[in-house]
Amino acid sequence: MSPAALVLDCRGRRCPLPIIELARRIDQVPVGAVIRVEADDPAAGPDVRAWSRLREHEFIGASPAADGTPGYEVRRLR
Amino acid sequence: MAYRRGVDGSVETVSDETVYLDAASGVPLHPVAREAIMAAQADGWADPGRLYAVGRRAAILLASAREAVADVLDARPDEISFTSSGLTALHAAVLGTMRGNRRRGSRFVHSAVEHSAVLHAAEWHVAAGGEAEAVPVDHLARVDVDTFVARARAASVAAAALQAANHEVGTAQPVSAVADRLGDVPLIVDATQTLGHTPAPCGWSVLAADARQWGGPAGVGVLAVRTGTRWVSPAPADDHGRVPGPPDIPAVVGAAAALRAVVREQSATASRLSALIDRIRARVPAGIPDVEVLGDPVDRLPHMVTFSFLYVDGESLLLELDRRGFAVSSGSSCTSSSLEPSHVLVAMGALTSGNVRVSLSRDTTVEQVERFLDALPDAVANVRAQLDAPS
Repeated sequence: MSPAALVLDCRGRRCPLPIIELARRIDQVPVGAVIRVEADDPAAGPDVRAWSRLREHEFIGASPAADGTPGYEVRRLR
Repeated sequence: MAYRRGVDGSVETVSDETVYLDAASGVPLHPVAREAIMAAQADGWADPGRLYAVGRRAAILLASAREAVADVLDARPDEISFTSSGLTALHAAVLGTMRGNRRRGSRFVHSAVEHSAVLHAAEWHVAAGGEAEAVPVDHLARVDVDTFVARARAASVAAAALQAANHEVGTAQPVSAVADRLGDVPLIVDATQTLGHTPAPCGWSVLAADARQWGGPAGVGVLAVRTGTRWVSPAPADDHGRVPGPPDIPAVVGAAAALRAVVREQSATASRLSALIDRIRARVPAGIPDVEVLGDPVDRLPHMVTFSFLYVDGESLLLELDRRGFAVSSGSSCTSSSLEPSHVLVAMGALTSGNVRVSLSRDTTVEQVERFLDALPDAVANVRAQLDAPS
């Protein structure tokens, strides 16, 4: 797992709220750093991936949090 | 136009008439079908298996409906059966072909973006001890011919299924190219979205279609099995042929009459609707920021387009549009009973939230499309404002 500069807790938040949070907060990490979204909505995985593509950031991958909640990591590219 | 007073005392206009832009979920009964059904209810109510005069009349009506559908599919009348819906036709197509080809093996290959009826039939087959494999698609939702053929011709594959065009994003699949290279592997083609809109696909061994898509009644599906294709009913045996029980003959007669009528105007309707879709595909991204238009822009169903809006939830957008008098559908998870996002959007790597599918019918007018295009930016902006979306 890449060390994330910022972890967003989006448990219990329905899509598209996790990617709205991601869009709002990505500027808080430096370019090249990793931001991690932890979200249990089943649409969060495909949506974080698609958001990264549309916003030209790098989707790194998925790995669960300690409590089993799915987590998604994105590298800020611009 | 009607007026409605809001809670704050403001007055807003509401549309009296809903503009129906969800033809892919079903269209109203074609006028020709309505007449044919009325006539057949008087003449075709009896059991077509009986030898007395009213039974023979029912049998003649059924035979002529079968001939009409066979003619459109370039098939023989005895290859055509009628089911109670497009969905049951898909189930019977998959399960019957797998059952009939057990000697080949128990593996079922299908595209990752087939209709959920095909995926559910695949799950049923797996639960009964079989195997199933989904072939991935590209970002347009299309299978690669080489990959699909390689998977379908692998050892122990009993049958393969490929839709004529995708039901959520409209992308046409390379059915003929796949069929040409499948050898003796039976190909099941889901034509539920295309029959009545585009020329019938070639190369199928088994085909399913849905009268609801072309202005027939909701309770008629078509199951077509090519002569020489092994197919064994997944249901208990019945005297009537592939599908248990005699069909609803007046409904079948109506479905066939509507199909004949729409096929006659098919190419004119397709070019008119396709131009309207081109217009929607161009205008939506020009007027609304952060939207992705999905599916193949050219090689597609003539009457369908799908987009995903960033920072929008599909349910709120559907309700915003409904309030403005437009009926559309969505593959977003918040609009499905399962809360799962659409498997089609996931397979093509598209954004699943804020998804809207627009599908036009022969009754859709230019003016209706223009009104929709005028209303959409404000509807999207409203949902984004409610969600406090980043700009």
